[in-house]
Amino acid sequence: MITLDEVDHRLIRSLARDATQSAGALGRHLGLSQPATWRRIKRLEEAGILRGKRLRLNREALGFGVTVFLGVKLATKGRVSLEDFERAVSAIPEVQTVEHVLGLYDYRLRVVARDLADFERVLRRRIMTLPGAGAVEANVLLSEERLTGPLGL
Amino acid sequence: MLDDMDRRLLRHWQADAGLSPAELADLTGLTAGKVSRRITRMQEAGIVQGVAAVVDWAALGYTVEVSLRITLDKTQGNAFDRFLEEARQLPEVIELQTFLGRVDVRLSVIARDMAHYQQIYREGILTLPHIADIEALMHVARIKSEEALPL
Repeated sequence: MITLDEVDHRLIRSLARDATQSAGALGRHLGLSQPATWRRIKRLEEAGILRGKRLRLNREALGFGVTVFLGVKLATKGRVSLEDFERAVSAIPEVQTVEHVLGLYDYRLRVVARDLADFERVLRRRIMTLPGAGAVEANVLLSEERLTGPLGL
Repeated sequence: MLDDMDRRLLRHWQADAGLSPAELADLTGLTAGKVSRRITRMQEAGIVQGVAAVVDWAALGYTVEVSLRITLDKTQGNAFDRFLEEARQLPEVIELQTFLGRVDVRLSVIARDMAHYQQIYREGILTLPHIADIEALMHVARIKSEEALPL
């Protein structure tokens, strides 16, 4: 694992807010030259710390009024392989994220839909018909905050 | 409102958020100038909120990620506000969501190892106000994580 200093932490925080900033603009902000900034960014990318970029879209403005988190328990472990379930669930366009977890549920899914009726359609036609899907718990997202995390400690 | 070309542009862009307007122009058959104008219009309309770098916490040494599903004691009038206010102060909390359902709040907590997690859980999480119940889901693997919208 590479060692990071305070400047790296500030760089990561800054890019997590806005990844469109040029190395020159970031460098001016951090008191570094453009090439020195560029080298630091490359190093963070090569270490796998900066793992690509994500386009942030306003879901509501695009007509996706409902986000639901589903906890899914597999009904027939062993009979249906985890790979089959994972492949099938990942192929559903409305399923934004799939996490394999340990605890009350086996998988945690983030699902977007236009409204509750649309969500019901996705749940009935796509989720409940997945190979091996058992008990499902749904929680409708009301608010969400992403925080900067333990950088600079 | 968006037309089909806007949606096409967003589909390509969300598949690879690192694409430049020139590269998006190649993929959509528009000129780079037209791509930039469409992007500016969608930014001004609040549809495009920005491009963020994705930080891999495991690569930073935070190999443990736990999802804490919390039920609050709602007999306390301002339970939500007070809980969220204090949870926000914990540096290892990277995500904070509120729900309508069986669970009230969910926190994503990261830690360097299980001993570190134990410490955060005892000293940070359990001292948060108005908790009625906590369930933990331990993160094993991320199977799909692009968070793309089905445009």
